[in-house]
Amino acid sequence: MTLSHETVNVDGWLEAGDRLAGGSLTLLGLWADPPNVKMAMLDEASGDINIITYACRHGQYPAVGVKHPPAIRLERAIRDLHKLDAIGASDTRPWLKHTAPPYEFLAAEGEALHQIAVGPVHAGIIEPGHFRFTANGEFLVRLEARLGYVHRGIEASMVGVTLDRAAMFAARGSGDSTVAYGLAFALAAETALGIAAPRRAIYLRALMAELERLANHFGDIGAICNDASFSLMHAQCGILRELTLRAAEACFSHRLMMDLIVPGGVARDINEDGVAQLRALLAEVRRVFPHLTELYDNTASLQDRTVTTGSVKPEYARQFGAGGFVGRASGRDFDARRRPGYAPYDALKFDVPVLTAGDVNARVWIRIREVEQSLALVEQILAALPQGDLRIDLPSRGGDGLALAEAFRGDVLVWLRLADDGSVARCHLRDASWFQWPLLETAVEGNIVADFPLCNKSFNCSYAGHDL
Amino acid sequence: MRKTMIESLLRGPLTEPPPPVDAAALEELVQSVNRAARARLGRSLSIRHVDAGSCNGCELELHALSNAFYDLERFGLRFVASPRHADVLTVTGPVTQNMREALLRTYEAMPDPKWVVAIGGCAVDGGIFSGSAAVVGGVKDVLPVDLTIRGCPPNPRQLLAGLLALLQKAS
Repeated sequence: MTLSHETVNVDGWLEAGDRLAGGSLTLLGLWADPPNVKMAMLDEASGDINIITYACRHGQYPAVGVKHPPAIRLERAIRDLHKLDAIGASDTRPWLKHTAPPYEFLAAEGEALHQIAVGPVHAGIIEPGHFRFTANGEFLVRLEARLGYVHRGIEASMVGVTLDRAAMFAARGSGDSTVAYGLAFALAAETALGIAAPRRAIYLRALMAELERLANHFGDIGAICNDASFSLMHAQCGILRELTLRAAEACFSHRLMMDLIVPGGVARDINEDGVAQLRALLAEVRRVFPHLTELYDNTASLQDRTVTTGSVKPEYARQFGAGGFVGRASGRDFDARRRPGYAPYDALKFDVPVLTAGDVNARVWIRIREVEQSLALVEQILAALPQGDLRIDLPSRGGDGLALAEAFRGDVLVWLRLADDGSVARCHLRDASWFQWPLLETAVEGNIVADFPLCNKSFNCSYAGHDL
Repeated sequence: MRKTMIESLLRGPLTEPPPPVDAAALEELVQSVNRAARARLGRSLSIRHVDAGSCNGCELELHALSNAFYDLERFGLRFVASPRHADVLTVTGPVTQNMREALLRTYEAMPDPKWVVAIGGCAVDGGIFSGSAAVVGGVKDVLPVDLTIRGCPPNPRQLLAGLLALLQKAS
């Protein structure tokens, strides 16, 4: 993988938009570093990443979203947060900033349509967001999400603070992916400074990341089945999730492993007595999980709910560059651990499962297969864990860096620019959900209203990670 | 399915004994919960939860309360889907500008008597986000708070200890 930077003029910016729309490049991110806007693009064939920078004139830049829809919400967010306008944009409604007058939802035309408004406060213990459904009887004809309710101003809070402090904000991007956020932030900071974490730290980071993936996948598999009213799976997967979090606590003294990955390494070593509990977890999962997989596969009433429900078309997954199980269940073979790739995964053996059906069932199966891969990865990491330092000192100098890390739901992108004293001048976090939320809107079309929770849970997009 | 169910039956419950009631939390509650409430509610409380700006870490641990190890409902505590059915409002996160009104409306929809529990470091005073322009502050800046449960996030035992303190005073 090569990473290139380029400053472009109007023509270069427009040409990049054309290539995104044409499908030869995939949009990884679009953000502002006032007075500039930046766009990161992936060449899927070579795996190369190109970051282009355009200097806005009078606070304006040519819209990309008008040609390439995945950029629309990113442009709306840039306007809300940085007051830079995408000229020619087709959608100029606010996104992360909620202001009067009332928000206008997109229209749906047809006979006998009615709207259902849900949220921001939902019935369960979940994050806040508003869903506006347009239905014809039981069938959904349009869903539009309105997000931004948990906008905390993370990126603004990171400006001018030390790397260690900024890492704490990054770790709270999305709590379920706190390890992946910490990792992506640390990798970006280390790239900016031209340093690398010690080998022991690199392996411990991967161990935490795989434990986080296991815990979330167990939770998701159970919760999806629960939304199909199959509570036995929910209870059993809940036990595995709890055991995973307890093993994480035994190893790293924090159930979610928050604030443990820091720029330059890791904040603490693994507790030796935790390793025994971790091995016991692996044995228990290897004993129980195959039965649960079989149970999922052989329960007709459950399959009836998940098979052919909430399908994401492969062309949409490709167009939006959807990461994680959403992309991989719809044929997009992308995993940031492979590409661009980062240590120690280059030295570890694992498969990246890919399916093409794109329905709720396929997203469940991707998770099941990834659980199996993560178990094998944890075993390899424990066997290969090198001795040595946990952290190196950070030099105080400027620079900029971009990194991707694979969270359980997909790739987290972090780009940051450091001031000369080593403090953060600007940092951008891009959750995988930015490119998954719009696909949920396509997936529910033609499904019945009652299947929305099932579809939604099979995506399990982050609100906090998206709202920043 | 049969195999999994039989195994669960033979293994016996995973559910663990409750943690001791949080003494500090109990002290905090002395003024807020009176005898009338106790008579009216018995040993049971319905909880409505609102994420007012959390990173979702606190939500994960609130979810864990319902798993086989903690089994929240054995204490008469249960999460309900509507504020109109709730006695207790649990709130996580710094209250964002964008969630302030939804939080207020949820509180106003609850019948009296009602209590508010602020969960997690952010909910106490805004935590790491205090001072951010996108954030109003802690829950106390929007609603009267009866109990705070600290931690980032508080683990399920801490959550249980805090909620049991509430139950002991309310019942």
